Amino acid sequence: METFFFWSFAAIAVTASVLVVGQRNPMYSVLLLILSFGALSGLYVLLRAPFVAAIQIIIYAGAIMVLFLFVVMLLNAPTETPPGEQPRRIGGAGPRRFGAVLSALLGIQLFWAISHIAQAPLPGDERGAPGVDVIGLRLFREYALAFEATTVLILVAMVGAIILARRER
Amino acid sequence: MPDPTLNSYLVLSAVLFAIGTAGVFLRRNIITILLSIEVMLNAVNLTFVAVDRYRGAVDGQIIVFFVMTVAAAEAAVGLAIVIALFRHKETLSPDAYTSLKW
Repeated sequence: METFFFWSFAAIAVTASVLVVGQRNPMYSVLLLILSFGALSGLYVLLRAPFVAAIQIIIYAGAIMVLFLFVVMLLNAPTETPPGEQPRRIGGAGPRRFGAVLSALLGIQLFWAISHIAQAPLPGDERGAPGVDVIGLRLFREYALAFEATTVLILVAMVGAIILARRER
Repeated sequence: MPDPTLNSYLVLSAVLFAIGTAGVFLRRNIITILLSIEVMLNAVNLTFVAVDRYRGAVDGQIIVFFVMTVAAAEAAVGLAIVIALFRHKETLSPDAYTSLKW
């Protein structure tokens, strides 16, 4: 059963991500990415990480993607301009394809490397996966400084976003 | 279909990461490029959680929490820059943003 769910979630995540990248309309890209994040959330449940699965849905699919969707709708520039009407091309079709080939090469390399190490079966459930309580305790003890730093980061990002997007007078 | 091992999750993560990098190179729309970066961040998150499960630890999950926070900050600032640039140039194509090129 778990095997079936793993392969179906993996197939959904990969297909949706390919379509995100292959789409010309950013609206569909955002919606497909939400689907991909949902599949990843299912994988986190399979990995006994319910906390990460929940924040994946709440923060990523719920908050960040809504922000993207909002900007796509606000700017109302749905599709990419056709290649002929480009103002000044920096990276033409050649460098672009070269980059795509390089990233395919990266994928093949990683695939090759990972499939040549020994198979590492995941531990069973008898040991019990650590729960949310363990995460909370670690987060507010050992990682307390990093946690406080993220609050400053969010504040700076908020102020920065307002200043950057403000209309010039 | 074989049972998923740690390697299956790592391979899946590698595939997603490669898709994300390909998106950054291929797309000519700055919003889709930002979305491709999100795909890459998620691929790395999957690696963290999978290795966590293998080791029976929670440190990776805490790092995923921080990665998500940074991703939210990055999306907010990035999209604010996109709005400012669009107002200035009336296009989403990154080829048009050459103000810093001399």
